[in-house]
Amino acid sequence: MSDFGTVASIAADVASGRASARAILEQHLVRIDTREGEVHAFNLVMRERALESAAEIDDRVKRGDNPGRLAGVPVALKDNMCTRGVDTTCSSRILEGWKPPYDATAVKKLAAEGAVFIGKTNLDEFAMGSSTENSAFGPTRNPLDTSRVPGGSSGGSAAAVAAGFAAGSLGSDTGGSIRQPAALCGLVGVKPTYGLVSRYGLVAFASSLDQIGPFTHTVEDAAILTEVIAGHDPMDSTSIPQPAPDLVGVLGAGVKGLRIGRVADLPKGADPDVLARLDAAFDALAEAGATIVDVRLPSLSFALTAYYLIAPAEASSNLARYDGVRYGKRVAAGDINTMYADTRESGFGDEVKRRIMLGTYALSAGYYDAYYGKALKVRRLIADDFARAYADADVILTPTSPSVAFRFGSKTDDPLAMYLCDIFTIPTNLAGHPAMSVPFGTGQDGMPVGVQVLAPTLGEATMFRAAAELERAV
Amino acid sequence: MSQRLTAADVAKVARLARLNVSPEEVERYTRQLDGMLDHFADIDSLELANVEPMTQPYPLVNVLRPDVEQPCLDRDEVLSVAPAAEDGRFRVPPSGGLHE
Amino acid sequence: MSDSSKFQNGLPDGWELVVGLEVHVELATKTKLFSASPNRFGDEPNTNIDPVTLGLPGALPVLNEHAVELAMRIGLALNCSVQPCTFHRKNYFYPDLPKAYQISQYDQPLNVDGYLMLPGNVRVEVERAHLEEDTGKSTHFGGAGGRIHGSEYSLIDFNRAGVPLVEIVSRPDIRTAEQAKQYVSELRAILVAIGASDAKMEEGSMRCDANVSVRRFGDPLGTRCEIKNVNSVRSLGRAIEYEARRQVDILETGGSIRQETRHWDDAEGRTHTLRTKEDADDYRYFLEPDLVPLAPDAAWVERVRSALPALPAARRALLAALTGADVEGEAVSVVVERGQDPYVKSVVDAGGEAGRALVWVQQSFAEEGESPRLPAKDLAALTVMEREGKITATQAKTVLGEMLANGGGDPVAIAASKGFEALDTSSIATFVDDAIAAQPDAWAKYCAGEEKAAGALVGAIMKASKGKADGKVVTAMLQERRGS
Repeated sequence: MSDFGTVASIAADVASGRASARAILEQHLVRIDTREGEVHAFNLVMRERALESAAEIDDRVKRGDNPGRLAGVPVALKDNMCTRGVDTTCSSRILEGWKPPYDATAVKKLAAEGAVFIGKTNLDEFAMGSSTENSAFGPTRNPLDTSRVPGGSSGGSAAAVAAGFAAGSLGSDTGGSIRQPAALCGLVGVKPTYGLVSRYGLVAFASSLDQIGPFTHTVEDAAILTEVIAGHDPMDSTSIPQPAPDLVGVLGAGVKGLRIGRVADLPKGADPDVLARLDAAFDALAEAGATIVDVRLPSLSFALTAYYLIAPAEASSNLARYDGVRYGKRVAAGDINTMYADTRESGFGDEVKRRIMLGTYALSAGYYDAYYGKALKVRRLIADDFARAYADADVILTPTSPSVAFRFGSKTDDPLAMYLCDIFTIPTNLAGHPAMSVPFGTGQDGMPVGVQVLAPTLGEATMFRAAAELERAV
Repeated sequence: MSQRLTAADVAKVARLARLNVSPEEVERYTRQLDGMLDHFADIDSLELANVEPMTQPYPLVNVLRPDVEQPCLDRDEVLSVAPAAEDGRFRVPPSGGLHE
Repeated sequence: MSDSSKFQNGLPDGWELVVGLEVHVELATKTKLFSASPNRFGDEPNTNIDPVTLGLPGALPVLNEHAVELAMRIGLALNCSVQPCTFHRKNYFYPDLPKAYQISQYDQPLNVDGYLMLPGNVRVEVERAHLEEDTGKSTHFGGAGGRIHGSEYSLIDFNRAGVPLVEIVSRPDIRTAEQAKQYVSELRAILVAIGASDAKMEEGSMRCDANVSVRRFGDPLGTRCEIKNVNSVRSLGRAIEYEARRQVDILETGGSIRQETRHWDDAEGRTHTLRTKEDADDYRYFLEPDLVPLAPDAAWVERVRSALPALPAARRALLAALTGADVEGEAVSVVVERGQDPYVKSVVDAGGEAGRALVWVQQSFAEEGESPRLPAKDLAALTVMEREGKITATQAKTVLGEMLANGGGDPVAIAASKGFEALDTSSIATFVDDAIAAQPDAWAKYCAGEEKAAGALVGAIMKASKGKADGKVVTAMLQERRGS
């Protein structure tokens, strides 16, 4: 897929004057015009604005000004990141037509480096889902096989890059929403350490789990985008007060001497195709000089429960602000409580309502200790498991998704079956650790398989070293 | 069905969450949530008495902001996207005074 | 508990009033608790707004350092322990609550276990003083005169949303309406003195809810009702007395008290039900994941403690000791409240008469601020003239008026220019004897112990002396002649 041009190559071409930002943009717009009707990656294609930004970049290059690290790189943004004056819907009726009066910090940082925003991408409503089938504006299709889902919730951002609509994109990952669609669309997808990338301007799903991260075709591109969006932001109290890490510089370091963890008690549920690719990944890294060590994560099988109590609980509170008072949709009524209930009933989709109900219940009087309180303790057990494992291993490899991209409608009737898509990605969100999915070959049906590289808090550099080695080995 | 929660629980939760769910939806949500809670009962087997709850992934403390004014949002821009506004303020149906 | 306090509450014999107060004060910061829009009263609606204040999607709170510092000042001034603390979300829907949750402190507040001393050595324990954000302001229209119930619609202004509040919660240690008023007045004096808040009840920067219950002496605590919408210290006293009486009436006729929130209607002078406990929302408190813990270290706490100014109680004690006045008397409390106690001290330092200086400052300096324009030495000179009997109190008041109007002046020269001089004792004695002779009836009544009768005699003496007789001397002579 890299015949679309990488972030690194586009930025180098534009900065050196070998290509104009406008020409690059037009190539991408042509691909959008050709395939977007079929893929539906976008809620909004920002054609006019993108042309304006491209012209501005070209002017900068002509003037001899520094056009930035992402000069003229077409980037798509998941539609749950605030963009000043540009619709930000979270693929929900309740926010339809809302234009934020401010930019998210990650968006500002990309713009400051010369990125050209090409559109806002589709997602499962409020990022709740694993297939992008929960969008109020219709599903996104996997560009590699349009009978299949692109994964979710950042399915639009994954599809946009896989289809060549953008050279890179941003998604958000609360329980796997970057890594799982990256795996299903054959891309690199990164969930950074919680607090590495500012959440300011990211519409919250579950505040203690959400992180923004990139989708790209290459590990190097992912390193570049991660470096650009990372770093301390005083607008986010949970932002780690450290500068962005150097990731591009470690990509060639190799894995000699690295200890790669294999989870001996990995939860069941992954398809044989997926496990076969994981084994191949271990072999590749061993071949490159790494040591494979067994680690145990006995609490991992409880992660799903902890996640599906914590995330909905936080979401039930985060989504309470959609009340029809200040912005977004309102269903008129004669009294305030009817207005609230009618607005929220018609504004939210089924999955969002289900999670609001679950989360409200988990926090309600008499049930807090049994559900939410207990889930927070399980979260600690999982973090403790990881801490012990990382005493023996520098990074850990697992599958990203239990299966390759599945077909539309195959999991929509059973919420729990859909939740199980996240079984390997959820634990890192609970622990707050970084993890990324790297494409590592295909299954028997030709669909891509992703291998997940996990690392401890702020272990991005080591994680990227291992990811780069996997990429070289494919 | 395990009956970890009843239709009455679901109706109460819907009221708390200000969701106007229909009787059919109550029935469906009760079935689905009950199934989930049943699955989530796996953690009941864990010994958690001496485990500290984990609420934040990264241990930060005393994150503070200086008391310095920044520019405000433009009122007209904000009110122009409000569902209903009047006289520089947001207009809502009567609230019955449950909180004041 | 003395009998007199029972009667003060207007309750029948045998009933005891129990009150705990929850006082919310807006902190005197420049910006909101979690965002950088201004904390300013009286601006055009919805002009002090930002993404956090409006609860816009994606906005995140960041704690205001100065608000924390002011909250610590409050805690330390109320003898609390300052401790590591956390913020929680209190979830409920209301149109003036932008995020549909209020960020507050729940099981780990910043300040705990303090107390406040009231006159008569009454100690009221302060359970906690925690930080939280204010809501916006709803105004109700249509229906019966803008009342909440029956209104047709409401308009919301979010300028106040996110303004930092400290909620100060007392234990139910208050036993009379008077004590409740004293508590609030003293708290207000402290808050103003430490610069934490302007604490104006009429502007809503200080708001007081009263938890009121009654019981027969010796019984366990009764069911309480929370009284809201009390907008002045006077209303607080009235509301508590009304509510206590209402509860006793119900209990004495065999009824029981329902735990509920009641609204004080100042015009009607009564409380009525706002919401019952059954209506209460389930607030689903949980730790605010967008904020991190606050843990002031010992050095920070000490820095705040050592920068605290002298508190009103200590200043009253000093002023009373300096002037010989009653520490719980009005003169001392008024002068300290106005912040004029250092001025009185400087008058004394300039050789002035402490007691007279206090009286003059209390009576004539209401319009002056903490730094009166009149040089302390001039007031000192005036009090010396009084002490030496060179001028009467009435004359001194006229002289002081002129000094204040001119921003100073030599009282000796002013008195001379007006021909003021105090009469000598023998001249006064003549006027006194003349007045007794001229009004035998008044004299007889006065001798019979009717103090008021002295008024006619004193008036005649002052008139005859053209105001030059010193009132104190006159009174003393009348008493001497009566033999009292």
